[in-house]
Amino acid sequence: MYKAYETSFRGQKLSWSDKLWNISFSYVLLVLILGAIGITILYSAANGSWNPWASKQLIRFSMGFVLMMTLAFVDLRWFLRYAYWFYFLVLGLLIAVEIGGHIGMGAQRWINLGFMKLQPSELMKIALVLALARYFNSANLQSIESIKGIIIPSIMVILPVILVMIQPDLGTAIMLLLTAGAMFFAVGVQLWKFAALICSGVAALPLAWHFLHNYQKNRVLTFLDPERDPLGAGYHIIQSKIALGSGGIFGKGFLNGTQSHLNFLPEKHTDFIFTMLSEEFGMIGGVLVIILNLLIIGYSYFFALRSASYFGKLMAVGLASSYFLYVVINISMVLGMLPVVGVPLPLISYGGTVIMSVMAGFGLILAVNINRFINIGKDQG
Amino acid sequence: MNRDNDKGKVLISRSIILGGMQLFLLFMIVFRLYYLQVYQADKYKTLADENRISTRLLVPARGIIYDRHGNILAGNQQNFQAMMIPEQTRSIDETLTFFKKILPLSPEEEKRIRKDIKHNRSFVPIRLKDNLSWEQATQILLNSPDLPGVIIDEGLSRYYPYGDTMAHVIGYVAAVSDKDEKDDPLLDIPGFKIGKSGVERLYEKELRGKAGNVKLEVNAFGRIMKEIELIEGTAGNRVDLSLDVRLQKKAYELLGEESGAVVMMKVDTGEVLAFASAPSFDPNMFSNGLSVENWKKLNQDEKKPLLNKAVAGLYSPGSTFKMVVGLAALEGGALNTNKYSNCYGKMMLGNHTFHCWKRDGHGALNIVQALQHSCDIFFYETAQKIGIAKIASMARKFGLGSKTNIGIENEKDGIIPDAEWKKRRFGESWQLGETIISGIGQGYILTTPIQLAVMVSRIANGGYAVVPTFKKVEHADKTQFKNLGVSLQNLDLVKRGMYEVVNVAGGTALGAAFNFNGQQMAGKTGSAQVKRISMRERQTGVIKQEDLPWKFRDHALFVAFAPYDNPRYGVAVLVEHGRSGSKVAAPIAGQMLLEALKLDTTDKPVD
Repeated sequence: MYKAYETSFRGQKLSWSDKLWNISFSYVLLVLILGAIGITILYSAANGSWNPWASKQLIRFSMGFVLMMTLAFVDLRWFLRYAYWFYFLVLGLLIAVEIGGHIGMGAQRWINLGFMKLQPSELMKIALVLALARYFNSANLQSIESIKGIIIPSIMVILPVILVMIQPDLGTAIMLLLTAGAMFFAVGVQLWKFAALICSGVAALPLAWHFLHNYQKNRVLTFLDPERDPLGAGYHIIQSKIALGSGGIFGKGFLNGTQSHLNFLPEKHTDFIFTMLSEEFGMIGGVLVIILNLLIIGYSYFFALRSASYFGKLMAVGLASSYFLYVVINISMVLGMLPVVGVPLPLISYGGTVIMSVMAGFGLILAVNINRFINIGKDQG
Repeated sequence: MNRDNDKGKVLISRSIILGGMQLFLLFMIVFRLYYLQVYQADKYKTLADENRISTRLLVPARGIIYDRHGNILAGNQQNFQAMMIPEQTRSIDETLTFFKKILPLSPEEEKRIRKDIKHNRSFVPIRLKDNLSWEQATQILLNSPDLPGVIIDEGLSRYYPYGDTMAHVIGYVAAVSDKDEKDDPLLDIPGFKIGKSGVERLYEKELRGKAGNVKLEVNAFGRIMKEIELIEGTAGNRVDLSLDVRLQKKAYELLGEESGAVVMMKVDTGEVLAFASAPSFDPNMFSNGLSVENWKKLNQDEKKPLLNKAVAGLYSPGSTFKMVVGLAALEGGALNTNKYSNCYGKMMLGNHTFHCWKRDGHGALNIVQALQHSCDIFFYETAQKIGIAKIASMARKFGLGSKTNIGIENEKDGIIPDAEWKKRRFGESWQLGETIISGIGQGYILTTPIQLAVMVSRIANGGYAVVPTFKKVEHADKTQFKNLGVSLQNLDLVKRGMYEVVNVAGGTALGAAFNFNGQQMAGKTGSAQVKRISMRERQTGVIKQEDLPWKFRDHALFVAFAPYDNPRYGVAVLVEHGRSGSKVAAPIAGQMLLEALKLDTTDKPVD
């Protein structure tokens, strides 16, 4: 099989300059703009200082940018070939973290690589998309529409979800589940199966509630009624709405956000950075960020649709959905539309692994676009 | 292959639907953003300001109280407090240890300080010690290199330069208690002090002033970030009193160690010039916080320094009441200058004997002479003739038996009894014998020294119902007061009697007489029995007052005015258990009036 791949596609190998000219400069520009906005807000979050966040974020963003560009130049078929390898590697890391976490103290979600802390759950967001894309690439519509045909991909989803959930990292678990759900939907799994899953999920809610940690229960209860405990669990949501609402249409101005600078707004540099942005730049700033994200997601879909390969299409849709989930969950959370689940706003929130995983995703999407004329057969891989 | 084609088509259509759903969700978020940042912006702007702006009241400076010549009676003094900001110290213990070397702290104080440090964030200043003197504050400032985190805070505290001389008039300020009406947000400030007594309480509204406020930006931990707005308050108004510091001092000087009261006023304006109740206390003790020890000492003193005897002390007026009885008889036509009574030293009513203070009797006397000699028999007979109703009515006209409402707390009404009063009080009918002893100001009658001062002033000013006041009056006009409708002729007879008491041989207060540039005093002695003289004592010989224990001795009274021919000042003097009005009270009144007349010549030309 390996030999057949080599011979049948040798002619389609792209040159470096072809790749460079086919990279979407608009896409790269959008990513750069969002990154710059993030660094700007982090500069303000530290009361107008590069330390401690903005400078580090700049370094990480640069590293992420290099990673994105590197992956963009990789041949799409290479991703197909190593999809499962990568998936099992990350799954192994998740298990390792879980075991290490039991030995160590409390919830441990990362492996210390010395220069950065590697969060396997973040890598899984990419690995799962790759693995599912590879699986469905080889499957035929008949098996996709059969129950038997979705058992294996379901197991591929459930294993990491459970591992992430017991870390516990509810936010990432939900994101993995929803990303997979979006891909299942995209490949054509019948709607009644989703309906059945949702129904059984609702039925299992009381059971799930039982397994939630107390702080997670509190977050849900607090979401339902933030005034329940305004100085405790409800404080985050209330203060976020106050800071954001008081920003008005035009905002209070760069470095002039009172609620964030006076520390009424908690976690202003991580999960609640959108609030800070909206306090200082108002609705105009908030909507601008949403539009930029919309453009990135839109471009991703556009690349997916014009890709010649099924694998490329599905991978781009999966990664776009994953990115979309970050954005929508984070912003809904700070606007009080979802419970506080600890999902950062990618490219803008302070945090290393998220930038790396999101930038890696962008790299893959760019690769889909560059390799859009390469047709990959259903039996390839 | 066909199916594979379908597989690709499904992916495309489903992806478009998926993208559409995601677009829709992003629009929902934009709508939510609009709802929070535009529709509800005002609500959240208010909440944001409530979060970050802390309004603190600024205590206004309390109004200064002056005497009639502009001497400060109650002022504000800079008060220094030593505070410590824990986060600015190198080590709390180190700073405290060094602080204690300069200013010792009691174990209780140190306990409180440590508690405060524990309960507050480290940037909150903790009070170490207050009421520091300028010297103590300077010492701390000089040692500031060794006292990192210690700062000196300045405030104002009330100060009474004349101390006990003014305590019973000016009163004092003290911390707000639960009983006080909380009509002003200032009262909620910890440590805010309001007038609790005397003029401080009376003119509280004028003296307090209006609070300013400062709007501060604070962060989530309560640390002050900056000042946003400062609205200065208005200091309290100055209050100019009618009092004259020199006369006030003189009154205390004359009372000396005695327990008693002196009230002196201008007869045509009612302005109180001196208002003394002795012994007194230092109001600065109250202003700075009174110790339990001092409080006990003040409360247990048998001379009752906390009791304001001028308004709250009740005494039989004794013979000082005789003017009222005389006027009642003169006005009723029962007396005139030609009506004489014979005094044999006693008088019988049924089987009861009434004695004159002079056992041998005075012989024949008219009203003027009866006042001069203070003959009891004359007034027994007069009272018997006109009845209690007329006496009571005249007494009330002259201000006895009801509060003057000068505004000092705990003022008493006193008692001017009549038949109706007795019925109400005891359910018994009035006895003639009670009328007779009322004729010499004994029995049920009780008055306060300030009422006696009002009485003598109304006699002196020709029958105008002058009302006492502590406020300085700019334009003297006695006709603004109601005329009591007592004939000047009759008033002149009574005044003549009072003149003779002091200035004509045989008068009961000759020793107190003075003549200052032709100005003389007229007055009336009085003594109020504290212990009844029993029948047996009368037979075996009355025990001399000097031989009685202090608390059983008679109260000494004297009411007077001066100058006799053009009265300006009226004075009432009471000396508790002072035995004799003529020997103890009259000289005090004489000295007070003489001092007032002398001060007139230096202050302005005599008119």
